Amino acid sequence: MALMETTPDTLSAEPVPAAKPQGYWAGVAARLVRDPLTMLCAGMILALILAAIFAPWLGLADPYKGSMIARLKPLGTEGHPLGTDEQGRDMLARLIYGGRLTLFIGLMPVVTAFFLGSALGIVAGYVGGLTNTVIMRTVDVFFAFPSVLLAIAISGALGAGIVNSLVSLTIVFIPPITRVAEAVTSGVRALDYIDAARATGASAWTVIRVHVIGNVLSPIFVYATSLTSVCMILAAGLSFLGIGVRPPEPEWGLMLNTLRSAIYVNPWLSALPGVMIFVTSLCLNLLSDGLRSAMNVRD
Amino acid sequence: MSAIDYAPSPDTGGPAQPLLIVRDLQKYFPVRGGILGRAQGRVQAVDGVNFEVKKGETLGIVGESGCGKSTTAKLLIGLTEKDRGEIIFDGKALGRELPLKDLRRGVQMVFQDSYATLNPRLTILDSVAFGARVQGLPNPESLARSMMDRVGLDPDRFAHRYPHELSGGQRQRVNIARALAMSPRLVVLDEAVSALDKSVEAQVLNLLSDLREEFGLTYIFISHDLNVVRYISDRILVMYLGEVVEVAPVDAIWERQAHPYTRSLFSAMPSMDPDNRTEEPPLAGDPPNPINPPAGCRFHTRCRHASGVCKTTVPTLAGLPLNAAHRVACHLHDATSGHPEAGQGVPA
Amino acid sequence: MTDLLDIRNLSIRFKGKRTVHAINDVSLSMKQGETLALLGESGSGKSVTLKALLGLLPPKRTEIKGAVHVNGTDVLSLSGKALQRYRGGEVSMVFQEPALALDPVYTVGHQIAEAVMRHKGLSKADAMSIALDMLDRVRIPSANRRLHNYPHELSGGMRQRVMIALALACRPRLLLADEPTTALDATVQVQILLLLRELQKEFGMGVIFVTHDIGVAVEISERVAVMYAGQIVEEGTTREIIRDGRHPYTQGLLAANLHDVARGERLTAIPGAPPALETRPEACSFAPRCPYAVAACRADLPPVICPSERRRVACLRAEAPMAAE
Repeated sequence: MALMETTPDTLSAEPVPAAKPQGYWAGVAARLVRDPLTMLCAGMILALILAAIFAPWLGLADPYKGSMIARLKPLGTEGHPLGTDEQGRDMLARLIYGGRLTLFIGLMPVVTAFFLGSALGIVAGYVGGLTNTVIMRTVDVFFAFPSVLLAIAISGALGAGIVNSLVSLTIVFIPPITRVAEAVTSGVRALDYIDAARATGASAWTVIRVHVIGNVLSPIFVYATSLTSVCMILAAGLSFLGIGVRPPEPEWGLMLNTLRSAIYVNPWLSALPGVMIFVTSLCLNLLSDGLRSAMNVRD
Repeated sequence: MSAIDYAPSPDTGGPAQPLLIVRDLQKYFPVRGGILGRAQGRVQAVDGVNFEVKKGETLGIVGESGCGKSTTAKLLIGLTEKDRGEIIFDGKALGRELPLKDLRRGVQMVFQDSYATLNPRLTILDSVAFGARVQGLPNPESLARSMMDRVGLDPDRFAHRYPHELSGGQRQRVNIARALAMSPRLVVLDEAVSALDKSVEAQVLNLLSDLREEFGLTYIFISHDLNVVRYISDRILVMYLGEVVEVAPVDAIWERQAHPYTRSLFSAMPSMDPDNRTEEPPLAGDPPNPINPPAGCRFHTRCRHASGVCKTTVPTLAGLPLNAAHRVACHLHDATSGHPEAGQGVPA
Repeated sequence: MTDLLDIRNLSIRFKGKRTVHAINDVSLSMKQGETLALLGESGSGKSVTLKALLGLLPPKRTEIKGAVHVNGTDVLSLSGKALQRYRGGEVSMVFQEPALALDPVYTVGHQIAEAVMRHKGLSKADAMSIALDMLDRVRIPSANRRLHNYPHELSGGMRQRVMIALALACRPRLLLADEPTTALDATVQVQILLLLRELQKEFGMGVIFVTHDIGVAVEISERVAVMYAGQIVEEGTTREIIRDGRHPYTQGLLAANLHDVARGERLTAIPGAPPALETRPEACSFAPRCPYAVAACRADLPPVICPSERRRVACLRAEAPMAAE
């Protein structure tokens, strides 16, 4: 058997994957592009956001200007392709302008809660012990209330208004994100590569920065994306109840409320804000599903 | 092959000073249960372990699951905090004289699961260079590249790959390169070749032998495979349920296993002879639960030589009369223990 | 008497993102009551072969060619009820991780009785007494009490004994064992190996024992088939393989076992790593790692040479025993 090569430098026979070295995010992007449904949803959301941002330049009617004679015009009316609301305001304009507030209130609290909740959860999950107990038991207190009830209670206490809705919704979404972040982090914390990193003498902060965050952020991010639809519906709900956005601001939830009385007169018209909420939250949910599978490295 | 700038921390104790002394090391893990999560018992993972590792030698640690060999490894490198005991690295005790960060410069570890020990999001180069960056060594990247080259991974081909693109053997080479990039003096190899295919295992063992010679390394080699431990080690330490039961030079223990447990462990090795297969299991049953280990000698519940004294008195680790370097913790070898077969040694 | 197992020219290809030619033209036969070790490293196709024998491969993602007969039954054509009767009745399996293969919410007695009731149509009481008898036969002490234990209340070795009792409860003709001792400690592994040997004699069933450990193969089997890259490269009695392994891969595995290698001596490692199997092999798969490879090895599939009855080696050089020792 002396003929057998024994030096360690005989690795040329080992197979090397043919694929070019590719960054993680490039891989995620490549997988996303191959997923038509997710791309469609992303396109819809992007279109809604762009329309909301550029609404003043789209040549729409004034969303605040009503007309006593042109109230509750049906869909397809000349000059009002989506009809008019109970004060004769153009529905198309109000729906597009309404997207501004609705999307803002729907996304902002989740974005804020994403950062705060992830930070809390990662610290709780990585440090463990007493810190974990304090953070997680506090979070549990919030879980005792259904999220709708919690949002209503906080908003009610703070009073109506956009800023107060934002604050109350943020508070509602911190606990679930913290809980997911903690669970994911303590899972990663138990893996050997964290031990290997600690064994180099790296500080806790360095280990978290280099080894933990990159591996926990994507599941938390995907979870947070799925919360945006809930948040939008909650925001709309607050407006509907009159403790969120106040009239005459266009906002889908509020519009749904004010058009409620028209449901027997013109059901299609009064359903429009609901359709917008439904489509947007469906797109957000499908987008988060698509992200989840695209971010999965090991397949 | 380019010369590698291997700069371990300087030797301070001289050649006679053991590189590592472990004294009375102990670690119990609480077992929590019930509604309030109160401690319901303690896993006595490592209980009063003593040993030394001389400079340049390789100490093999063997034992079955739950014997505490992996916990010992983690205690040595400070990944688990010890309850009690002393870890003395080149004459300096961890804690008072030697901060943890400095210990980790001198002691590195290679783990069993080559995949789980690599961050899936980091390139191979970043993983290997991480430690050098943390310790503030100059030129971490070029150091990492030359170390990759040394373990047989072409840096131009592998530096920017991710762990899932590599085979198990290649990943374990990455882990070795990462440990050595810190220029350690002692490397703890915790089942480092156990998960590899046999044909790849031999390649990695050859590599480990070469590196040991080239960089003057000291190894602690933990494994359940006696053949591998025998091949790579100078001395072998046998653990059972958190305690050291026997420690001896490899040839001495291969010649004669003094502790009944060591003997069973050796007889459980496959015979490799189709005409002379194992006919009787050396031991019955599984190792007991380390939560409530038996009193006295922990092995007495499975030992065919157990007598009254074994159930009550803990045997101490002492050198054999003929060979003081061959130490065993068994009443059979202590003429004063009161064991009826004492002084006769373990019958074959 | 028909052969217990007859695999003819079996090829299995996994389709999907990337194609894997997991099994390539494997033929294998076993007589009644034989114990065969399927020896190979990860990715050699030994577990896939077992899954094919049980009809466990996902039909949508796999392309199977060839024929598999167990006791005269054409396994690849079975489906539905017939397949259920065959699995667990005719052939049953012991897994590597009994902790995962046993259902945690039922007692071990219940699980064994359940299988017996399903296959033999017995009453619950009769099935329970068979379960008790089986626990006795796998040498579980105080079996009466253990019958009512849940899997998590048992130690690893005990659980594997239960797994074996479960697999043998319906008296299969063929027992498939997929690395059943790999997850166990050395002193427990040897107990399980000896138990399987005794039970094989007692029940007279055939056993296919998949392992990566040549030492385990020696302890358990009469015959060994060595797999590499989805092919059987060498087959013979255990004695022949150990004493006179002719394929260079077999020899490499024997050398890598370190059984009697002197300390510090340089190990004879097989260089490189197994191929990725993305294409169907057109030449000897081992040639890139083989120290004896010549141009002919890289040009064509190796001939299968049969030095004696029921012994074969897929290597050009098999006729001339290696002189390199």
